[in-house]
Amino acid sequence: MMLLEMAAGGFADRVAVGTRDDGLTFAELFERSGAIAGRLRSVDAGHLVLADVSSEALPALLFGASWAGIPFVPLNYRLADAELRTLASRASPALAVAEPGAAGRLDGIDGVETVDRAVLWAELAAAASADHDWSFDGEDVALLLFTSGTTGDPKAAVLRQRHLISYILGSVEFGSAGEEEAALVSVPPYHVAGIAAVLSNAFAGRRLLQLPTFEPGAWIDLVRDEGVTSAMVVPTMLARIVEHLDAEGPSSPGLPTLRALSYGGGRMPQPVVERALELLHDTRFVNAYGLTETSSTVALLGPDEHRAAVASDDPAVRRRLASAGRPLPGIEVSIRDEVGAEAPVGATGDIWLRGGQVSGEYRGQGSRLTDDGWFPTNDGGWLDDEGYLFVTGRIDDVIVKGGQNISPGEIEGVLLRHPAVADAAAIGLPDHEWGERIVVAVATHAGAEASAEELCTLVRRELRSNRTPDHVEFVDDLPYGDTGKLLRRVLREQLAHLGDA
Amino acid sequence: MAELTPGSRWASQVCTTEVIVVRSPGDDVDLECGGSTMVPPGEGGPNGSPDATASEGSQLGKRYVDDDDTLEILCTKPGEGSLGVGGTLLGLKEAKPLPASD
Repeated sequence: MMLLEMAAGGFADRVAVGTRDDGLTFAELFERSGAIAGRLRSVDAGHLVLADVSSEALPALLFGASWAGIPFVPLNYRLADAELRTLASRASPALAVAEPGAAGRLDGIDGVETVDRAVLWAELAAAASADHDWSFDGEDVALLLFTSGTTGDPKAAVLRQRHLISYILGSVEFGSAGEEEAALVSVPPYHVAGIAAVLSNAFAGRRLLQLPTFEPGAWIDLVRDEGVTSAMVVPTMLARIVEHLDAEGPSSPGLPTLRALSYGGGRMPQPVVERALELLHDTRFVNAYGLTETSSTVALLGPDEHRAAVASDDPAVRRRLASAGRPLPGIEVSIRDEVGAEAPVGATGDIWLRGGQVSGEYRGQGSRLTDDGWFPTNDGGWLDDEGYLFVTGRIDDVIVKGGQNISPGEIEGVLLRHPAVADAAAIGLPDHEWGERIVVAVATHAGAEASAEELCTLVRRELRSNRTPDHVEFVDDLPYGDTGKLLRRVLREQLAHLGDA
Repeated sequence: MAELTPGSRWASQVCTTEVIVVRSPGDDVDLECGGSTMVPPGEGGPNGSPDATASEGSQLGKRYVDDDDTLEILCTKPGEGSLGVGGTLLGLKEAKPLPASD
C-alpha cells in the first residue's frame, strides 16, 4: 500500500491502468483500492482470492487486499473446476472474485463468498473508501501463489510485504517513467511476473495495459495502437511475435514505440532472440531470471549486454546471450555442489540465492532458507568469470546416464541452432544398461527436414560424445503450460514407450 | 538514537516528511529531519517547524544517502525539513535505474 500511496501522491492524474482515453488514474486506483478494502473488512475476509484473467480491476484488488491487511491469492483460472475449488478452499475464509459469468465455478465452498468481478467493479465505483489505516507490518503476508509441483499437491509460496517492498525498492526508481510510457503485460495474474508488473509499473508511474489472452496479432496491434513503450513476454510468446512480424514482410512498420522488451519464465531458443534483435533493432532487450519464491526477478541481462554479445567474435562473450545476466544489486548468488560447498567459477551446481526479496517460504511447511538466509532454488547453473549466471534448468530434469549428469538444456541449445529445428526437448528415460538413456523430441519447421543421424552428429560434434542422443523422436509440437513452461513430465509420459520397462 | 533496520519507517517531528530505510550500516544512527530526531510514525509531531539549517525540504520518492554511502533512505512522504544524520545533512542519491524487467 505504501507503494500505491506514494504513486497517488506523486502522479495522481496519470493513467495507472487502461487506455489513454478511459483508463483509471492513480487517484482513482487509490479510491477503488480503498473501496475494495472496505468491502473485504465488511465481510471479515481472511483472503482475497482471484479466479480471473488480467483486468483493469487487478491492481485495485491487489492493493485493496494489502490495504485490508490480508493475502491476495490469484489462482490459475484455467484449472479444471475440481482443482480450482480445492485451491480456493485452502484459502478459506475468503472473498473470491471470479471472471465475469463464471462465479458458479466457486459456489458452495465452505467459508468462501464468491462475487462476479464485473458486478463488484460496478458496485465499487459508488462505494466509500475504507479508513486510511492500513498496516505497515513487513511481516504481513501480501501474496500466496500456488506453484506447480511435479508431484503431489501444489505448494503455496508465501511472499510477505517486506519481500515485495525490498524487490521494488531494490529494482525500480520512483516516478522514473515518462508520462507517455506504457507497459503491456500479457502474463496472467497467477504468475509472479504478472503481480510484479503491477507493482513496479505503479511505482515507476508507468501506465499498465493488459492483454488477457495472448495472441501475437492482438499483441502487436495493441503495441501500435496504444504506443506501448515496454512489454514483458515469456519465450513462447516472443517466438510467435517474431513469426508474425516476419510474416508481415519487408513493408512491416515494425514496433517503433517499443523501447524495451523483457522476456523470462523459461528457456529461450537462441535463434528466436537473435531474430528478434534483428527485427526490433531499436528495442532494448532484457532477459530476466527469477522465481516465485524470490519475488520475481533476481538476475537480468541488460540491453547493452545483449547487443555486445551479438556483436562479439569472442565465444565467451557471445554465449552470454544465453545467460540470465548478472544478479540485481540486492541479490547474492552462490553455486553449490551436492554437499553445499561453494563451486568454483565455471563449474555447474545448484543455484543458491540470498537477499531481502527472497522468501523461500511455503504455507504450512515453513521456510526453506538456511539459518544464514540462503535459498536453494533447485535450479542448476554456473557463473562465468565476470559473474554472468547461466541457468541450466531444474535439477530434477537432469539426465543421469552411466553416472554422468547431463543437462537437457545444453543438448537442446545445440539442436535449436539447426535451421530445420523449430523446437527440441531432451529427457532421460529408463535404460537397463545406463540407468537413463537420452531421448530427444524434435519438432521441425513446416517444410523443413532433418534426419536423426544428422542431429546426433551435430550434438556429438558440439558437445561431448556422451551427450549424443540415443533416440530422436520427431513430433508435431511439444507440450507447454500456459505460462510458457515446457512440461517435461507430460513429455516423459508421452514418450514412456521409448524407455525400458 | 535507534537501529535503523531495512524496511523500518520513520517520521519527522517538525514536518510531514516520512521515510523508509533501504540500506543501513547496522549501528545506532541518529536520523533527523528538520534538525530533530525522527520517530516511528504516529509517535510525536508534527509540531513546530524545521530548524533554519535544515529546511530545504525532502522530495517524494527520492533516495538520500550519507557520506559513507552506508545508509540509504527513501522519502515516502515529502515535507519542509531536510534529512540528516547526527547534524550532517544527507545527500540526494543519483538515480541509476535498472532496465525494467516486468
